[in-house]
Amino acid sequence: MKKIYPDADAALEGLLFDGMTICAGGFGLSGIPERLIDAIQRSGVKDLTIASNNAGIDNEGLGKLLRTRQVKKMISSYVGENKEFERQYLAGELEVEFCPQGTLAERCRAGGAGIPGFYTKTGVGTIVAEGKEHKEFDGETYILERGIRADLSIIKGWKADEAGNLVFRKTARNFNQPMATAGKVCVAEVEEIVPVGSLDADAIHLPSIYVKRLILGAPYDKKIEFRMTRKREAA
Amino acid sequence: MAWDRNQMAARAARELRDGYYVNLGIGIPTLVANNIPEGMEVTLQSENGMLGIGPFPYEGEEDPDLINAGKQTISELPSSSYFGSEQSFAMIRGGHIDLTVLGAMEVSEKGDIANWMIPGKMIKGMGGAMDLVAGVKKIIVVMEHNSKAGDPKFIPECTLPLTGKNVVDMIVTDLAVFQRPDHQSPFRLVELAPGVTAEEVAAKTTAHYES
Repeated sequence: MKKIYPDADAALEGLLFDGMTICAGGFGLSGIPERLIDAIQRSGVKDLTIASNNAGIDNEGLGKLLRTRQVKKMISSYVGENKEFERQYLAGELEVEFCPQGTLAERCRAGGAGIPGFYTKTGVGTIVAEGKEHKEFDGETYILERGIRADLSIIKGWKADEAGNLVFRKTARNFNQPMATAGKVCVAEVEEIVPVGSLDADAIHLPSIYVKRLILGAPYDKKIEFRMTRKREAA
Repeated sequence: MAWDRNQMAARAARELRDGYYVNLGIGIPTLVANNIPEGMEVTLQSENGMLGIGPFPYEGEEDPDLINAGKQTISELPSSSYFGSEQSFAMIRGGHIDLTVLGAMEVSEKGDIANWMIPGKMIKGMGGAMDLVAGVKKIIVVMEHNSKAGDPKFIPECTLPLTGKNVVDMIVTDLAVFQRPDHQSPFRLVELAPGVTAEEVAAKTTAHYES
């Protein structure tokens, strides 16, 4: 079975429908599936529920789908640095479920691992806990959080082999790993596709079983949100 | 003379111990990294999936694939490791991180903390803060003693939506340090910034604390 598709539009063919749920990898603008987001924008699919740690920034990343009003609901932990998001949210045009970052990661990991819910201390005593089952374990209170299963996962990796085994690079891994497992279908874009056998089987971050469709997304023009540097000390 | 931002961070850094794994929040807490005592081995964790945060990169060596939780470019160390967000928060939730230093808008005398939302005004989200205060062994809050409007921030009861309930162990402000030995005890005033009096702190605080 061939997993490699010629481009993002082809890789998403037959997978998109109005009202669907999508899990998207990335943290800020690092490790976001840019090509697949662009293709979703072009498809015009709407009323999307998107689980993603962030919502991009104005007109970058998922911010593009906000601008075109394709998103009905976001499940996110942090949405700062995004004026259009804030405007739509305050105007009541966009539904938002704030989810603590670790709870979001675990909800997707759990969903992908066939675990429909888990108990966590995170959020106890806050508005996040409202309406959720509370339970005591060993004298401490926990709340029940549900696993997330999505119709589609979109992720960005560094290198993949032709079988779909995938490795990430540095902190661009972030949510791509748990998000990949939570979708019924995961489509991955990578910077390089290499022949099978060229990646160390002991060093695969995401085994091929999770990657159903794959595209080469390069060349990438990766954006930096906050460029910080230090001066070289004079010799 | 009240402490400045760096002196507040330096005071928080005195709580570090050799071998600690530490998560630092954005703002003043980030400055704690510049105040790690010489010869002490402290490993900094970044929520987005890294242990062993290095300094900002040299000009020209910035890497978009290597950022901290504040989305700033950073560098790696020979001892660094990378992992996914689910692993990052497994170590946070699982109690493996020794210490976190966070900013706050309000802290209550019962150790509640509010730092993620002002209803109708600021909508950013909690990020990893709720996970950190629920899972990390020791929680230090570093914040200005009073708001820009002069209102106390260490107060009897938080007015803003909470990040965590009964979770704070220590508060470092520009005027003083408050600490409690466990989550059943009240806070105690344990230290004053140079030239600051206990009376001044009392006048600028509405929370109950022991002195």
